[in-house]
Amino acid sequence: MFRNFKIIYRRYAGLYFCICVDVSDNNLAYLEAIHNFVEVLNEYFHNVCELDLVFNFYKVYTVVDEMFLAGEIRETSQTKVLKQLLMLQSLE
Amino acid sequence: MLVSSLKLHDLIEEIRGAKTQAQEREVIQKECAHIRAAFRDGDPMQRHRQLAKLLYVHMLGYPAHFGQMECLKLIASPRFIDKRVGYLGAMLLLDERHDAHLLITNSIKNDLSQGIQPVQGLALCTLSTMGSAEMCRDLATEVEKLLLQPGPYVRKKAILTAVHMVRKVPELSDIFLPPCVTLLHERHHGILLGTITLITELCQRSPAALRHFQKVVPKLVQILRTLVTAGYSTEHNISGVSDPFLQVQILRLLRILGRNHEESSETMNDLLAQVATNTDTRRNAGSAVLYETVLTIMDIRSAAGLRVLAVNILGRFLLKSDRNIRYVALTSLLRLVQSDHSAVQRHRPTVVECLRETDASLSRRALELSLALVNSSNVRVMTQELQAFLESCPSDLRADCASGILLAAERFAPTKRWHIDTILHVLTTAGAYVRDDAVANLTLLIGGAQELHAYSVHRLYHALAEDISQQPLVQVATWCIGEYGDFLLENCEETETLQKVEEEEVLALLEKVLQSHLSLPATRGYALTALMKLSTRLQGDINRIRQVVSIYGSCVDVELQQRAVEYNTLFQKYDHMRAAILEKIPLVEHGNHQAEAAAKESQAAAQLSEDKASVPTEPQTSKLLDLLDLLDDTPGDTQQPPTLNPCPVGGLVHLLDLPCAPPPPAPIPNLKVFEREGVRLNLSFTRPPGTPPLLLITVTTTNSSEDDVTHFVCQAAVPKNFQLQLQAPSGNTAPARSGLPITQLFRVLNPNKAPLRLKLRVTYNHFGQSVQEIFEVHNLPVETWQ
Repeated sequence: MFRNFKIIYRRYAGLYFCICVDVSDNNLAYLEAIHNFVEVLNEYFHNVCELDLVFNFYKVYTVVDEMFLAGEIRETSQTKVLKQLLMLQSLE
Repeated sequence: MLVSSLKLHDLIEEIRGAKTQAQEREVIQKECAHIRAAFRDGDPMQRHRQLAKLLYVHMLGYPAHFGQMECLKLIASPRFIDKRVGYLGAMLLLDERHDAHLLITNSIKNDLSQGIQPVQGLALCTLSTMGSAEMCRDLATEVEKLLLQPGPYVRKKAILTAVHMVRKVPELSDIFLPPCVTLLHERHHGILLGTITLITELCQRSPAALRHFQKVVPKLVQILRTLVTAGYSTEHNISGVSDPFLQVQILRLLRILGRNHEESSETMNDLLAQVATNTDTRRNAGSAVLYETVLTIMDIRSAAGLRVLAVNILGRFLLKSDRNIRYVALTSLLRLVQSDHSAVQRHRPTVVECLRETDASLSRRALELSLALVNSSNVRVMTQELQAFLESCPSDLRADCASGILLAAERFAPTKRWHIDTILHVLTTAGAYVRDDAVANLTLLIGGAQELHAYSVHRLYHALAEDISQQPLVQVATWCIGEYGDFLLENCEETETLQKVEEEEVLALLEKVLQSHLSLPATRGYALTALMKLSTRLQGDINRIRQVVSIYGSCVDVELQQRAVEYNTLFQKYDHMRAAILEKIPLVEHGNHQAEAAAKESQAAAQLSEDKASVPTEPQTSKLLDLLDLLDDTPGDTQQPPTLNPCPVGGLVHLLDLPCAPPPPAPIPNLKVFEREGVRLNLSFTRPPGTPPLLLITVTTTNSSEDDVTHFVCQAAVPKNFQLQLQAPSGNTAPARSGLPITQLFRVLNPNKAPLRLKLRVTYNHFGQSVQEIFEVHNLPVETWQ
């Protein structure tokens, strides 16, 4: 518990992915959301590792924006998200 | 002059390569200087690189506010990559507290209306992340237009942006209400997800929206049903469950819509049962959906069978090996236990198993739940489990566990002996963590259980002999030994293992307690009093007791010294009265918590319930001494010896007595006795119905003047055939302008029903002067002494 939110986290080797949600939200569902997100990252960066995240932080932000918006889950299908990301990448 | 600016990649490498904080700061400062120079007159093409570097530096925690204007320039530029970094910078660096954010509004507006999807997407992202109320108001219509566009990419973003807007500016919800229903008919999961979130948000904001959307419950039910049954869409499949996120969101919305609404709840019932049975729970995703289902069932008006199903699901959760699931189950069961007690009882064994968890948060939840599950049929088993837990649990849980056990024992104890045993066990294992009133409760309990006096005193003696460090235990034990010491000298019929004890052993033990440095001053007081009481109970030589008592006559601790002096006097001058005074305490009414709570409202109990049985009786007696020294000319001198000596024991009785007997509201009129320069003394009278000769007088001092009254002391004297006791006042300062008044309670015993006369003396400091007044109270109402 943290002020009036709670923090849900999942550990992947040396990294902790944390999500801060309202007290009334479903813990287990957000655990799944974290896992979903990590899987997308994995696909996008081709076997992502910590350094990938550090050096390409702005790309990570793009992925976040694709999947979560305004504090809610936006897109749950990994294939769709990846398609979008590739399209965005081609514009740069 | 310009060193070639680093590429982002190189900068990051360099920062990470820095071995110390100072080195890192150096690199960053150099780079920031570059960036500032580049912003001023650098190459427009490279600007986004500079900003990207700045953002990295910002993420590390260094100040980066000089980049805000750069963000604006980048957003306005037509290139996509500039816009991308610019918007990202805006999201990270700007927020409502800075005034610059309003400048973005125009750029966002332009971008939204341009029609290029990725750009629109970016703009919407930024708006939803850091849009303030003014921005939202300006851009609401734009977003609404986008809601109805054909392309799903932008629509999804638009919907969630609408969610953010509704959160910031609730009035905008009217604009977004109509499109929602049409959006529900979409097949695209992303859009559905967004729509449902939007509807949830709208419903939470306004009850009118809630009613409006209750019409769509059938539609939602249908969507969910197709999701669950229709099988397998590979895109949205997560470990066997088709789009659990969408399912969870729909369930949440159903929960909000169905709360307190019969009709919707009924439509949902079948569906919920279906979801609950069909979902595969081997992986976490399935459990997530099930958990949400359970929450929904709990909140809506569902059939009883469905609730039992929900509880059973939670019970199944408890058996899983994943700690998260068990935590979630325990928390929800705790919420459910009030309403569906019997259903939860079925899972009691599993809950008790969870007590043995190593994880602290799990065991705490299990403890709360177990305590809530105790009832009269399972109390013996549960207390056994809880006691086993008490011995092994971490120290922060011990206080809760101990008080929980004691509370449960009090409510559901099958026999008194079991109750005493349980409390004894708790005191020996976790004595230091027990709440303060446990001592008082236990003494009351033992006092009330006459047939068990012998048994309890034997048990307590042996417990004390083993260990004198746990203070509550020691206090109770010494009190018992003092009261019922004569039982110790005989065999106890109830248990053959407890032999009789010799007198010397008893005295030796009490002396050990008295001298041990582990004992609190309160405990020492108990021990000394116990020794005194034993002097009448034991037949043997009382010289040893006299010796000990006289040693403490010169003790440093004032409380002990006073007691010792009084007891000495008792031995010397009033030996004939010793036996009568030190008799056993009469049976006290068992005070339960309700009576205590009610009594707290009356001032008398409020003053005393803070002091424990070992409260210094000194203030009362010293006041009396003062009064008698100074009021030599008053018509009535209070009798000293009888009021002085019964104080130690009598004070104990009164203090235990009062919480059980709250004075009823008195019909005797109040009396104003004194007024001077805004300081007023009022007397109010109460005659408790159980004791006719007793009169309680409450003196209230109010101060309506401009200056505080300090060092306030009030003393009283009554005629010779009365007995007077003064309690400690609530304070000795009355703040100016009708601040909190000072109250003090007098107890007057009038066995002969003689006419009451009362003389008062008050001293205080007021307006810088010291005031002293002596006066007799006239016009005392007749009811005070009849």
